[in-house]
Amino acid sequence: MSKSTTTNQERHLPQALVSIGAPVLGCLIGLIIGAFLILLAKADPIGAYQTMLKGAFGGERQITETLLKAGPLLLIALGLTTAFRAKIWNIGAEGQYYMGALFGGLVALYLTDLPRPLLLTLMLLAAIVGGMVWAYVAAFLKVRMGMNEIISTLMLNYIAILLMEYLARGPLQEPGGYLPVSAQFDKVTKLPLLFGTRVHLGVLIAVLLVPVIYTLLWSTPLGFRVRAVGSRASVARYAGVNVEKIIVFVLVLSGGFAGLAGIIEVATLHTRLKGGISQGYGFSAILVALLGRMNPIGVTVAALFFAALIIGAESMHVVYGLPVSLADAIQAVIVLSVLAVDATARRRMDS
Amino acid sequence: MRGVPIIGGAAKKCFLKKDTKLSQASETILEMRGIVKKFPGVIANDGVDFELRKGEIHALLGENGAGKTTLMNVLYGLYEPDEGQILLNGKPIHLKTARDAIALGLGMVHQHFMLVQRFTVAENIILGQHSPREPHIEDQKAVYARLKKLSDRYCLSIHPEAEVWTLSVGEQQRVEILKALYRGAEILILDEPTAVLTPQEAEQLLEIIRVLAKEGKSVVFISHKLNEVLSVSDRITVLRDGKVIDTVQASQTGQEDLARKMVGREVLLQVSKNPAQPKEAVLVVEGLCANDARELQTLYDVGFEVKAGEILGIAGVAGNGQTELEQVIAGLRKANAGRVAICGEDVTNASPKEVGNCGLAHIPSDRYRMGVLSDFTIAENLVLQRIGQKPFTRRGWLNWKAIRQQAEELVKSFDVRTPSIEMAAGKLSGGNAQKMILARELARQPRILIAAQPTRGLDVSAIEYVHRQLIAQRDAGEAILLFSTELQEILTLSDRIAVMYEGRIVGVMDIDQADINELGLMMAGGKGLPSCEILETGGAA
Repeated sequence: MSKSTTTNQERHLPQALVSIGAPVLGCLIGLIIGAFLILLAKADPIGAYQTMLKGAFGGERQITETLLKAGPLLLIALGLTTAFRAKIWNIGAEGQYYMGALFGGLVALYLTDLPRPLLLTLMLLAAIVGGMVWAYVAAFLKVRMGMNEIISTLMLNYIAILLMEYLARGPLQEPGGYLPVSAQFDKVTKLPLLFGTRVHLGVLIAVLLVPVIYTLLWSTPLGFRVRAVGSRASVARYAGVNVEKIIVFVLVLSGGFAGLAGIIEVATLHTRLKGGISQGYGFSAILVALLGRMNPIGVTVAALFFAALIIGAESMHVVYGLPVSLADAIQAVIVLSVLAVDATARRRMDS
Repeated sequence: MRGVPIIGGAAKKCFLKKDTKLSQASETILEMRGIVKKFPGVIANDGVDFELRKGEIHALLGENGAGKTTLMNVLYGLYEPDEGQILLNGKPIHLKTARDAIALGLGMVHQHFMLVQRFTVAENIILGQHSPREPHIEDQKAVYARLKKLSDRYCLSIHPEAEVWTLSVGEQQRVEILKALYRGAEILILDEPTAVLTPQEAEQLLEIIRVLAKEGKSVVFISHKLNEVLSVSDRITVLRDGKVIDTVQASQTGQEDLARKMVGREVLLQVSKNPAQPKEAVLVVEGLCANDARELQTLYDVGFEVKAGEILGIAGVAGNGQTELEQVIAGLRKANAGRVAICGEDVTNASPKEVGNCGLAHIPSDRYRMGVLSDFTIAENLVLQRIGQKPFTRRGWLNWKAIRQQAEELVKSFDVRTPSIEMAAGKLSGGNAQKMILARELARQPRILIAAQPTRGLDVSAIEYVHRQLIAQRDAGEAILLFSTELQEILTLSDRIAVMYEGRIVGVMDIDQADINELGLMMAGGKGLPSCEILETGGAA
């Protein structure tokens, strides 16, 4: 019990108001701190921020870019949401993303003779399997040997990333090429585009999975058990839940989602297997899942916010001419402020 | 009414006889006037007046949440009161921290001991104290001598050089008392001190409290156990909902009167029951051996059976293997040897789900680590085990309507006091959380119910409710395995009693042959506790 009575007011604020207000307030604080950084660089904060906003939402092209960035973040974060709901901290989405890209990429490279619908389906499925396999390693280590999944998934990231770089330099290197990249995928492996824009099937898949995960968590007994394990594993075990099974399930599911995101990005953007295909999606998605409060709808908003920040920071650099590092720093400051205010608000609410 | 009788044991030379209890003490040492302490949404203390005389044992009686502990935390400087004042020897005092309280001669013994296990008694006591020879610690020999003297004077039987981990729970508690005395406490506050003790240890503690009072110390004794309060105190102040209901002389009141004041209505202290009609054996346990969490063997060749329509009570001091036995039967811990069968079906080392399917329901001893998902709603908690079954799941989808409907019904019929079934279960009070668990487990219509510490931490009215429910289930032909460290509860509910000591069943008896002295001795391993005299022979001769 707190001795202070001054927090009475906050305590009685409606929860909905806080959960929307806190991120907005955090964003504002971040922008103000960022303004000082911009002033230090002898530039005009208001102009820079205008450029940022325009860069992310200023027109159809900008909105498309933001959506394309939000897609993989959303997809991975939805999987992580499921795992985090069970308090299984999968930090390995980055590695699972790479393994998905690799498995899917092998299909794209070597099975181009198949009819296109079959090829695409197979490519996406292979990517899901790739991510699942990689996550299953961590699940096996946890369930059978009691190894903490945070450590194992984190370590598996490095193995997956380096494996990809090795393959791109060695066995998979483009015949006759000099760069550490695989051959280019055939055009048929490109995912279909939607409504004549650059927005592709991958974004649609991510959006369609929002209600799927929502339904899974709150409308099925399996989701109930996932949440029960996260609420308190010892109670779930007492209640007859096979806790190990749930751990394997959420890890493998989140791995599959990350793997799918991997092949979608590679097939639509990079069109080759190589290093550096992720830009830290697997890590940013952790923040997206947490910021979205492990709620699929919140996660959707958080993914858009993150994507807008990334795209906006890029245009601050490209259009307004701020140094890349400054744009990145502002992006980080905003994320930190949002998280800090959000955490404070939540603590006030819970106490 | 079966009360815990005074177990005098052998003549204890330095203990007082009951009739010599001092009651002529009159000088007021401490006064709390109009104490108001508010927490958001709750008034924990609402104008409480409390007065303590020198050499007096003053009990503070009340249900959980009545404001006893808040009042004492105000007195001990842990909370600042919103209104009211505290007078010590007639002078107003202002306490900011516990350190201020200690400096003014107040000492508190908490329910949970604050001792470093690997330190000696003396080291624990000087910990945090200024040493006269800083930066060196105090001369151990001098400290030993001072502690020995104090221990002898108040019959605490504590060896200052003993390491704390070698001491029993009762002894550790006496170390806490010794610590307070060493720091010059004139007023001792004991917060539910007997909750963790065996009946013998509890009686020994009450004797010590009497000695303390005789030697001029004033004692505030917080409790919700009526018999103890009546046997030890001079005056009793009853708190209910943060208000003082009455302050009475112990000699001029009785259990029924106190219970009524405490709860605000008539309470049945002893739930009556008809003789058991035992039928076929439902739960059979044979030669069970198991390890504890540290992989040390804890259960040795445990065997018994529970019949339909009877309550078998497992008595014993906490930590003698009851928890492990409870877990093995419920499928939460592996047995190394032996056999568990429910209704003839072998369920040795089966999963909790399989055991449940054979008809076992389980009120766990560790309510929050096992029984309640604190951030799940009450409605969700009420379907924990049956979530995948009809009608709560239909064609693979949760049926929230059925889940809510059952919750509304159970909350109503089991009198779970809550504003809504959508409230997080962690916000329920202990008594209501336990009623919720009871409702959930009984709704599974079990053949055998494990009720482990079913009333731990509950207040009289909730205890009465749980007891009635358990007996009703027994009468309906259910087999019940009761674990309780409260001997009174075992005696009230059981038809047969098995005593556990150090992982073994050391005796089984029918309720009509049960003798509380014998039970107490069995719980303590057949040996009486060392009396003050045995340890004191050196000094007393």
